[in-house]
Amino acid sequence: MISPSDPAAKSIWAKLGMAFIVIALLALPFVLTQVGTAWVRITNLAILFALLALGLNIVVGFAGLLDLGYIAFYAVGAYTYALLASPHFGLSLPFWAILPIGALIACVFGVLLGAPTLKLRGDYLAIVTLGFGEIIRIFMNNLSQPFNLTNGPRGIARIDPVQVGGVDFRTTDTWFGFAVSGPMKYYYLLLLVLVVVIVVNLRLQDSRIGRAWQAIREDELAAKAVGINTTHIKLLAFAMGASFGGIAGGIFSAIQGFISPESFVLVESIMVLAMVVLGGMGNIFGVIAGAVLLSFVPEILRYTVEPLQKSIFDRVVIEPEVIRMLLFGLALVLMMRFRPAGLWPSSTRRRELRNAER
Amino acid sequence: MIPRRPRYGFAQTALIAAVTAALTACGKKEEAPPPAPQETIVKIGHVAPLTGAIAHLGKDNENGTALAIEEANTAGVTIGGQKIKFEMMGEDDQADPKVGTTVAQKLVDAKVAGIVGHLNSGVTIPASSLYNQAGIPMITASATNPALTEQGFKNIFRVVGRDDQQGPAVANYLMSQHKPKTVAVLDDATAYGEGLANEVEKTLKAAGVKVLPREKGTDKTTDWKAILTKLKGRKPDAVFYGGMDATGGPLLKQARELGLRAVFAYGDGACTDKMKELAGDASEGLICSQAGIPVKAASQSFLDGYKAKFSADPILYAPFTYDATNLLIEAMKKADSTDPVKYLPELQKISFKGASGQIEFDDKGDRKDAEMTIFTMKAGVIEPLAIIKSGKSMTMEEYVAAAGGAAAAPAVTPAETPPAAEAAPATEPAKQ
Amino acid sequence: MDIFLQQVINGLTLGSVYAIVALGYTMVYGIIQLINFAHGEVVMLGAMVAFTVITTLVGAQVPLSPLLIVLVGTLAAIPVCMATGYMLERVAYRPLRRAPRLAPLITAIGMSIILQHIAMLVWSRNNLAFPQIIPLITFEVAGATITAVQIGIILISLALMAGLTYLVYRTKLGIAMRATAENAPVAALMGVSVDRVIASTFLIGAALGAIAGVMFGSYYGIAHYTMGAVLGLKAFSAAVLGGIGNLAGAMVGGLLLGLVEALGAGYIGDLTDLCRWPLVSGWFSERCATDGHLILFGSNYQDVFAFVVLILVLVFRPSGLLGERVADRA
Repeated sequence: MISPSDPAAKSIWAKLGMAFIVIALLALPFVLTQVGTAWVRITNLAILFALLALGLNIVVGFAGLLDLGYIAFYAVGAYTYALLASPHFGLSLPFWAILPIGALIACVFGVLLGAPTLKLRGDYLAIVTLGFGEIIRIFMNNLSQPFNLTNGPRGIARIDPVQVGGVDFRTTDTWFGFAVSGPMKYYYLLLLVLVVVIVVNLRLQDSRIGRAWQAIREDELAAKAVGINTTHIKLLAFAMGASFGGIAGGIFSAIQGFISPESFVLVESIMVLAMVVLGGMGNIFGVIAGAVLLSFVPEILRYTVEPLQKSIFDRVVIEPEVIRMLLFGLALVLMMRFRPAGLWPSSTRRRELRNAER
Repeated sequence: MIPRRPRYGFAQTALIAAVTAALTACGKKEEAPPPAPQETIVKIGHVAPLTGAIAHLGKDNENGTALAIEEANTAGVTIGGQKIKFEMMGEDDQADPKVGTTVAQKLVDAKVAGIVGHLNSGVTIPASSLYNQAGIPMITASATNPALTEQGFKNIFRVVGRDDQQGPAVANYLMSQHKPKTVAVLDDATAYGEGLANEVEKTLKAAGVKVLPREKGTDKTTDWKAILTKLKGRKPDAVFYGGMDATGGPLLKQARELGLRAVFAYGDGACTDKMKELAGDASEGLICSQAGIPVKAASQSFLDGYKAKFSADPILYAPFTYDATNLLIEAMKKADSTDPVKYLPELQKISFKGASGQIEFDDKGDRKDAEMTIFTMKAGVIEPLAIIKSGKSMTMEEYVAAAGGAAAAPAVTPAETPPAAEAAPATEPAKQ
Repeated sequence: MDIFLQQVINGLTLGSVYAIVALGYTMVYGIIQLINFAHGEVVMLGAMVAFTVITTLVGAQVPLSPLLIVLVGTLAAIPVCMATGYMLERVAYRPLRRAPRLAPLITAIGMSIILQHIAMLVWSRNNLAFPQIIPLITFEVAGATITAVQIGIILISLALMAGLTYLVYRTKLGIAMRATAENAPVAALMGVSVDRVIASTFLIGAALGAIAGVMFGSYYGIAHYTMGAVLGLKAFSAAVLGGIGNLAGAMVGGLLLGLVEALGAGYIGDLTDLCRWPLVSGWFSERCATDGHLILFGSNYQDVFAFVVLILVLVFRPSGLLGERVADRA
């Protein structure tokens, strides 16, 4: 019997596992569509959250900077796309041009947010970033007077969907005998972007910058003493994290076709932070798993809890939304108590937290 | 350099992926119950916020639809030679546009024949483009933002009035009754509040009334004193607030505490009895509007049926969801088909007498000659003052009498049965 | 001028509420360096419990004067809040005392979410209207109006601040608290029961929060399960503004923040009215002619003030206006 610890066998297992995952991922939307296109949409939102979680992972997980206002960058990316590809200003740039612009603008905002916070301790940093997130949202909600920039609370509607080489991502086409709906096309686009982001993150983690982040996270004073320019490195963390958020925001705009400031509230920032923390700070795949978990559980709850309560109590006693939030809060408390490194922590983080507790 | 060992081997990751897939598959098995053999089940979707600050209104809406469906099933409907049983698919959009679009997709996937909803304009508008793509007719009974029907979608309808009718109605009433020289306009920075306030300001300015710079709160503002103090210095004769009762009530209370004596006017979001609780005695004499007939002026048979089924009175929009549902059913009957493609033309040209009066749609999908009602707060209860239709104002008694003696006056016998295909009584000329 | 005075009165009243809540934050942070995110929810619970008691008493038409009814409501709210505060400390924070900064923060956020939703289940999602039993008595002062409730709030807040100062500087418990705040291990060596001192801090903070909740509910007449979140955030900003860990700082910070918000909301519209700026107004002459004003930042940015103040303070004077008092991070 080949045991998994045998190196040659391990690579066979690894390759089989990889192949299985790739096939499963490619076939997933077709399977889900059998049950309902809604599930493909839910999966798309889950991938978007995974992108956000990866971005926040750079700030919180790699560099150890607690950011509670991350959703602001998502908002910036979303609004950039909306302003450049909708009837609001009458512009219609192609998506491959807008996404980099959105990433760049989000990057700038990241630096703007990071710059005043460089000297702040962990708790204060959290509050200030929270404040920034709220400020951005309030501005988005109010920049309709006197000059209409964001259309205020009404939001921006009829945003162009993605259009690549004549393929419109909003309509359903038939390819090779299969019906491919809009959400399914977005799924593949998102999957592609996710893979690229994962690769970038893996490279960053093992680069000089990644190691500099780790140094700052573990002991900032020592890092400075070793000659790391903490200012630059911290700003870089904010900037990179923000740019991923901006990209995710742009795609979100295209998929939804409509955005408003209500989608970018504080509780979303906390959600993304929870995905990073619960999934496993610093661990790229843990963070993705956290995002998928926290995206699907509420939907599964919505489909199961209502009929269950109806069958027992003849009516819905506690709505799924409330149960979801209660479970969420409870999960945060329990995780911090018993497994603060997250469900799938990176080995370094685990070591750090175990040492800190002694 | 410390070599990095992956925490989880790929085999284990694949296992996790498989388990996750299995879990999601388990969750999905709740779908599609098998239909009853003898009759065809036709689903009508209803969406409203069933959770959140306005959950009571969402539930009210849902009740209206449920009542209509129950009555239709009791009366027995046959379409295309088949006995039809209607089923309501009630969903909760939490007043959140993101959830609204997800739920809309869910309904589209479930192949509902028609949709009644949503409640908030900010949610209805994005959901409507989804329904438009799927070609399923949607009728809203409460979204008043004009932008909804300006999108050019042929399958989107509205049985209440629009804010660009409601705003002018309340502004004109304010001007005619109180003749203010200076008016302050406030809103709560939501799509609804801001939109309505804009319409009111437009009407006032067009009539030459001085309007102070717009002040805004949020939908959670509790402390209005700073803004009110500023307004007090400018001495307005009247104040209009576009927003809900939760923020409009404290606004009025604090205004009186500061000694601001202006007349306060509101839109339908703050036109509830709750204003008495929130503003106390300050609420006496306030003016507010609703984009439809008052609930009490709905047909007696609807009011009785609602009371019998739900042991409560309808709150606000239930007569309209009731009518919307019946409109869908009626159009299906006229086209003798539950296929949206076939019954949509019938829906566009329908003429139907519902619990809220005679309903016809114009080419944008709006209700023709929608009525607006102006209320005031008297002795702690909101009372209708005037009903405005086609630019003419009448009292509630006149309206009720013109509508065929159908409502609040207790001794009057009910003049109509729930809409199960009957000729519309020719009472139209009396209303002009 | 009367407008200015009125805004000052409004600001001081609002600021008094902020100050009381800020005291809860600052005491806890001074002792264990933890932002008690759930403190806002404790305040909310105080308001909700008082609401239930007051509504019941009014509904049963108990023949007590309005002030007594409010007092009974407050006395009912205080134990509930203290129990919640104690539970927070014992269950959520004590096990994490030695954990890195992130864990207690996340736990606090989690508890805040749980408390909010439990409140929602118990008291429903609707806005609750406080019965308007306190009669509206107003006084005219130099053209501005001040109500009895406003005076009451300011006086009660001052009394509470004085009482707390006395407690912290003149009693044994206070000495123990200050010792623990300065250096917990050494205080333990001196015979101070650190656990009990920390628990007492939470209890006192929670009691203050309960009173703040009742004041808020009575003043504005409204209570809602989400009211704690924004209030807590602003009060924490006030605490930081004055200097975290510093009692006087929390009081000054609270009052100052209230003033900034009131005056800011009142005057920012006029200040940023481009039609009044001599150089710029020429560019917008048509709009100025039709509308009469072109306001860049109006009162709708009211909520932003608290955050902007916070950020400015932390950037330019991180230790706050009156200096912070936290333990050395040795």
